[in-house]
Amino acid sequence: MPKESRFVESLKGGLRAISTPVLATIVGLLVGMVCIVVAGKDPVKAAEAFVRAVAGEPRMFGETLVSTIPLIFTGLAVAFAYRCGLFNIGVEGQYLMAQIAAVLVGVYWTPPAGLTWLHPLLTLAAAALAGALWAGIVGVLKAYRGIHEVINSIMLNYVGLFMADWLLKYYLRPDNSRAASYDLQESAWLSQGLIEGSRLHTGLWIALGAAVVVWFILFKTTLGYEIRAVGTSPGAAEYGGISVARSIILAMAISGALSGLAGGVQTMAINHRFNETSSFVNYGFDGIAVALVGRLHPAGVVLAALLFGALDRSGPMMQAMADVPKAVIWIVQGSVIFFVAAEGLWDFLKKRRAKKEVKTA
Amino acid sequence: MTWVAFTTLILATLRAATPLLLAALGGIFSERSGVVNIALEGIMLAGAWGAVFFSYISGNAWVGLLGAILVGVIMAGLHAVASIKYHADQVVSGTAINLLATGFTEFMLNRVWGQAGGSPSVAAIPNIGPLNLFVYLAFGLAIVSWVALYRTPWGLRLRSVGEHPLAADTLGINVAKMRYAGVLLSGVMGGLAGASLSIGLLSRFVHGMSAGKGFIALAAVIFGNWNPLGAVGATLLFGASDSLGTLFQTLGIEGIPTQFFNMTPYVLTMLALAGFVGKSVAPAADGVPYKKAN
Repeated sequence: MPKESRFVESLKGGLRAISTPVLATIVGLLVGMVCIVVAGKDPVKAAEAFVRAVAGEPRMFGETLVSTIPLIFTGLAVAFAYRCGLFNIGVEGQYLMAQIAAVLVGVYWTPPAGLTWLHPLLTLAAAALAGALWAGIVGVLKAYRGIHEVINSIMLNYVGLFMADWLLKYYLRPDNSRAASYDLQESAWLSQGLIEGSRLHTGLWIALGAAVVVWFILFKTTLGYEIRAVGTSPGAAEYGGISVARSIILAMAISGALSGLAGGVQTMAINHRFNETSSFVNYGFDGIAVALVGRLHPAGVVLAALLFGALDRSGPMMQAMADVPKAVIWIVQGSVIFFVAAEGLWDFLKKRRAKKEVKTA
Repeated sequence: MTWVAFTTLILATLRAATPLLLAALGGIFSERSGVVNIALEGIMLAGAWGAVFFSYISGNAWVGLLGAILVGVIMAGLHAVASIKYHADQVVSGTAINLLATGFTEFMLNRVWGQAGGSPSVAAIPNIGPLNLFVYLAFGLAIVSWVALYRTPWGLRLRSVGEHPLAADTLGINVAKMRYAGVLLSGVMGGLAGASLSIGLLSRFVHGMSAGKGFIALAAVIFGNWNPLGAVGATLLFGASDSLGTLFQTLGIEGIPTQFFNMTPYVLTMLALAGFVGKSVAPAADGVPYKKAN
């Protein structure tokens, strides 16, 4: 086969792979537009507000990236587990436990002189480890007891929410009047200001690095091959000599570590403390959307994270400039996930096109 | 413990168990038919909004009740079409519906009443004696559901498509139809569960008022072994752990952090699943889309 046509072939394959998420995104945005019109607001003004909020000035774009960073991590976390056939809906809990771990190391451990560079590394490692352990419980129970990971993930989300609340209120804050933990020592912070005037921080490089590492593990290592084999067909994988239990536990643990990095980076770069909360931050649930829209591929996840980061970021500005309720953003996000999930919906479009192709040929 | 404190505890337990039980019954119908329903949370939230909306425009709480069922069925209908007709990943579809419900209710809050946070007060369903009508309704429906599932041919058919759809299909049972019935019933129950919050416990809609109760109900489905009577036990236990925390606080008993009471339902469910407390087994085809061979 000549080289050019192979290139065209792979390009066509790529286009087919992204057609569903692109269609879903377009339909999702259309649903959002309809909501805006129904609300009696000006969709043109809303679109203008969206663009200005996302990239109107360099510092605005910096803030959009700030919203994108945690979603890259949580999107990767969901995608990694999904490749092994596991649905990690427990990212929220893993994220919370990682924040607590980051506070423990970032607040209470003082690095000896000359070793301050170790502080962010160890804080980040603690966060990743906490996430990995919290998700690992789910993996172990799935591997050895056959319990569906979705149920235990949901349960551990809530256990994590209340456990973090308990630890904060009983141990991690100076007194009851403060709705947050002690501040992290500055040696454990990640520096901000990659784009002047924004809070864009070095966590961006960690997130992009994580995407590369995930790509490498999934597609260039034996472990990744085994994880994908188990995801495609556990029975066949077992028959082929792959330990399904080991793959499941490792996939959950690595997925949890990625959620943990989200919590660690956010704590070290933005919050600098653990803030009291009675609900989830939703990075985990958004991560599901990001992973699906990104077609479970690290590169796709980064792009999808940018889309969802932009949506998150634009909410307040659209409210301020075009008086669009921020709920519209949730409706858009929900619609995008729904239309990606109900993939069968698009079959009729694809079939019609296939028929056309046959006719013209 | 004084007599008064004891009665208070019992009543508080029944009140706390009511929305959980209604939603759990919905979850049982859906999952017994073979469709995992983590959209219960969103269905409940939308139902809570629907109840207040229809009560508001009609001035009649009973119309509100019907409205809650209608909105619940619409939300569940989305889930049903995605997962039965289009073989979507049921967990993903459920997640989408939860997000949509949050967005939709907040959006409508803004549209209808022009305010964020909550609606004005509306007509609510009355109390009978010390308890709201919803409490009796929930426990009554639990018995009805048990009879329907285990003592009628319809229940046998519903359970069979959740256990072994291929066998059921061979016997001439319409798998898709039974599954639609299961999921839409979860919309009815989930809508009622939402109504029990907004026009039962309260008389207004508050942003995000389901507050994770749909997920606790899901835990109750599992802890109660996908059986309506089991769900009664599970939701009473969860309700008690909820109200015990409050009671200890009001009695001034310190030392046990309230967070531990909050965690109890989830930890118990995990232990039950792991086989340390009782044993729970899901319907065999729960969560598996059924594609009819041509």
